[in-house]
Amino acid sequence: MADTLTSAAAPGTQTAAPAARIDHVSKAFGRPGAQQLVLDDIVLDVRPGEFVCLLGASGCGKSTLLNLVAGLDRPSTGTIATPGGRPALMFQEHALFPWLTAGRNIELALRLRGVPREERRPEAERLLSLVRLGGAYGKRVHELSGGMRQRVALARALAQDSQLLLMDEPFAALDAITRDVLHDELTRIWSETDLSVLFVTHNVREAVRLAQRVVLMSSRPGRVSREWVIDIPQPRRIEDADVADLSVEITEHLRGEIRRHGQH
Amino acid sequence: MASTDTGTAGRRNAPEDTPAGGPQDDATTGKAAAPARDGGDLSGLEAGLDALETVTVARSPLGRLLLSKVLPPLTAIVLVLVVWQLAAWGKVADPTKLPSPSDVGQALADRWQAGDLFSIIWTSVERGLLGFLAALAIGTPLGLVVARVSFVRAAIGPILSGLQSLPSVAWVPAAVIWLGINDSAMYAVILLGAVPSIANGLVSGIDQVPPLYLRAGRTIGATGLRGAWYVLLPAALPGYVAGLKQGWAFSWRSLMAAELIASSPDLGVGLGRYLENMREGSDMAGVLLGILLILFVGIAIDQIVFSPLERWVLRSRGLTARSQ
Repeated sequence: MADTLTSAAAPGTQTAAPAARIDHVSKAFGRPGAQQLVLDDIVLDVRPGEFVCLLGASGCGKSTLLNLVAGLDRPSTGTIATPGGRPALMFQEHALFPWLTAGRNIELALRLRGVPREERRPEAERLLSLVRLGGAYGKRVHELSGGMRQRVALARALAQDSQLLLMDEPFAALDAITRDVLHDELTRIWSETDLSVLFVTHNVREAVRLAQRVVLMSSRPGRVSREWVIDIPQPRRIEDADVADLSVEITEHLRGEIRRHGQH
Repeated sequence: MASTDTGTAGRRNAPEDTPAGGPQDDATTGKAAAPARDGGDLSGLEAGLDALETVTVARSPLGRLLLSKVLPPLTAIVLVLVVWQLAAWGKVADPTKLPSPSDVGQALADRWQAGDLFSIIWTSVERGLLGFLAALAIGTPLGLVVARVSFVRAAIGPILSGLQSLPSVAWVPAAVIWLGINDSAMYAVILLGAVPSIANGLVSGIDQVPPLYLRAGRTIGATGLRGAWYVLLPAALPGYVAGLKQGWAFSWRSLMAAELIASSPDLGVGLGRYLENMREGSDMAGVLLGILLILFVGIAIDQIVFSPLERWVLRSRGLTARSQ
């Protein structure tokens, strides 16, 4: 059903400023002389409001790329621009602070953003109800389930009021049903806001379930190898036939990328 | 279904029944409201998951708590007293070497009647607590600097951990020569015992902070001093509190040793001095009373101050066995 777009470069037809512009970015680790190239000449734009999934096998440097966009590390060459300010970042682990309640975790992000004291509590409550955790304000992190923790983490990321949300395999550690529910939540919140999302995963179905555009990366060094624009209307379901068909096709390409590494 | 086109707007098909007042269709991205396909099904599923997976931390009722926390130590104390009393009745040793529990009780009653029981205890407790507070004020910034400044860490880190294994009673002769037999010498010995513990506790607390918290802190804007205040220090609190607890134990021990060794009218009579006076008078009941009072104060301060603090820190983070 789905045709593929084989151009390796990001589409350059739109005129609006991108939410993130990754411009010929390379990243190498190690001492000079014994360097290992992890990312090679990545060119990728995330348009305002766009949902992009970065897909790749282990070692493709997708998390490294996300860290670069988040500003936690600097590219060796090339530039990254995020005109909407510092992006919000969500990890595979919830990374909530265990010494604070769910609500206080969100309020800390608000406080560091400069939100005045009297507005923090109502805003935290609003964000918690956005992720359907209205009653969880006073709950400690250890009292919440894995899925609830990730929803609080999402609320904390949203508290940064950033234009761009970076997600590093945020649902990888959850069971299938919980992950499913969180996919629905994320799609809903994304469509209700003007958020752009750059979502890293190695799960093809998850990528097809969520994204408007799936970017497949090759490994060692990481390069953009192929991308697909996904036109299946939201809300999608991970078990939908369209999602399954496109997943099969993308998985074939992903396997091809992985096989290449066995050949030398 | 899927298209090869990359730049057109409105690629996602907006459902016809987008709720009124809902978010507007974003022309540049084709964003549209995406109501849950099965209506309330999702929220129902989510509520079910939340309910199934939520851990409820129930606190035990007071009666059970007393039974499980108070009864065992009480039983142990009674048992020790019974064995002791039996040994005294059976004349296992000379009564001047093994007085009975009631002799020790008599010594306690004597001190009570003489009216100096509380002044003896307070002399030592006041010194111990003041010394500990001073150690806290010195050890905390010291630990912070050692943990965060690698040059300082390399320079004094090993000495600081080494000092922990040096019994601070070894400092008593030096302190007496430098400062004279007075309160300053007492405080110096307390500081030398407690400061390394507190500083090392903070260092190991900071070392054990998961790097993920620091990354998460940086992404929400907690950098520099704000990062230290909002993320690093709270995250290091469990190790720090363990250091405080040990620091108090070291303060109290070194103070008792110093009081035993150093004798001067300027110092007044604290528990250590009382113990030494009893030994000089060969009053074994008094000696045992001194030992028991020192033990009692050490346990009491730990139970009143440090154990509740530690329990609160651990419980609020879900780190106690009971909350699992």
